Amino acid sequence: MNKVYSNAAEAIKDIANDSILMLGGFGLCGIPENCITALVAQGTTGLTCISNNAGVDDFGIGLMLKTKQVKKMISSYVGENAEFERQLLSGELEVELTPQGSLAEKIRAGGAGIPAFFTATGYGTEIAEGKETRQIDGRWYVLEPALKADFALVKAWKGDRLGNLMFKGTARNFNPMMAMAGKITIAEVEELVEPGELDPNYIHTPGIYVQRIFQGVDYEKRIEQRTVQTKES
Amino acid sequence: MALDKKGIAKRIAKELQNGYYVNLGIGIPTLVANYIPDDMTVFLQSENGLLGMGPFPYEEEVDADLINAGKQTVTTLPGASLFSSADSFEMIRGGHIDLTVLGAMEVDQNGDIANWKIPGKMVKGMGGAMDLVAAARNIIVAMRHTNRAGESKLLKKCTLPLTGVNCIKKVVTDLAFLEIKEGAFHLIERAPGVTIEEIKEKTEGTLIINGDIPEMCID
Repeated sequence: MNKVYSNAAEAIKDIANDSILMLGGFGLCGIPENCITALVAQGTTGLTCISNNAGVDDFGIGLMLKTKQVKKMISSYVGENAEFERQLLSGELEVELTPQGSLAEKIRAGGAGIPAFFTATGYGTEIAEGKETRQIDGRWYVLEPALKADFALVKAWKGDRLGNLMFKGTARNFNPMMAMAGKITIAEVEELVEPGELDPNYIHTPGIYVQRIFQGVDYEKRIEQRTVQTKES
Repeated sequence: MALDKKGIAKRIAKELQNGYYVNLGIGIPTLVANYIPDDMTVFLQSENGLLGMGPFPYEEEVDADLINAGKQTVTTLPGASLFSSADSFEMIRGGHIDLTVLGAMEVDQNGDIANWKIPGKMVKGMGGAMDLVAAARNIIVAMRHTNRAGESKLLKKCTLPLTGVNCIKKVVTDLAFLEIKEGAFHLIERAPGVTIEEIKEKTEGTLIINGDIPEMCID
């Protein structure tokens, strides 16, 4: 069994046009930078991207929007991207906005063998239109179907050759659930190590969910809002 | 005189209790963190997967892998924990968060809230707002009493697309502290120097005024 690929280009080679992808990250934190760069180079089009956000104009998923590779986004917040706005208003791009918690749970459910679940989120709003609703113990809920993807592209801090992953800080976000919900999950890591080097007590995503892994390179880890305090304050 | 943003945040901070787990939205709600009493332990939750959020980092501490829901760089306090977005919203949806503070464009007398979409304008998305309003046991809306055009934001019925229904019980504005119950706004406190007449005039929804309404204490 070999899950290790030499680089992003090799790992994503068979992602075909019109695939459904999940891409980890919150804002630009914890995004699969190497896979995005490789997808832009490969020129794959007609993609449906399930990702909490849509990057910024010149980074993250914004790079794939600029090259018009994305047909549809399923996201909770897409605010920081002018090109996105242009394509949305011109009708080139389809967007399905989903409440963030429902998005996370739909992805988790997809990986956990739960076809749909009831949640109070969005009841009485336009998000519930056309969806089944049900009253349970006096409260109204909306039925939300699970999400799955042809490929899940996730980014981890450390991983071993068997696909076990550890995340750092808030770069974990959507990555663990997406790893579960991808038919093929491709993990890029800052540090690829041998089995046994990661303490099993601290594995966040067990290798069973990861089909491919590679050592990422040249992480920029761009910060959207660099906010600091000074010693005087 | 009407409260400024800091004044609204200070009044909301008075609702905090020792040991509370709190989620603060973007804007005025974020300022509440500046007024947590020194003798109180409050855990701030950031829905991108952090409980026990600390202040902004010093320049040399900046970590691209540690941000808040507003995508700003932050720090962790001793006792903090990190988790996935699914875990984060399980905390929220499961009712484990003691207090949520968020902004709004409109609130109505039935506790409905609108804060994510204006027809005709670019829709950026609801982020975690719909999950938060549907789940939190205790939600305080922090907002100005009127919009830029001077129109009331406390309505009989929201006109903008809704974020949640029948979920808001408390509102703190630059003019007043109000509770929503039995299909009406109940005036609890008024901002220092603000008259009941002004609050009446700027509240479109049904306003109940029972007895003497005290001035807020914010310091």
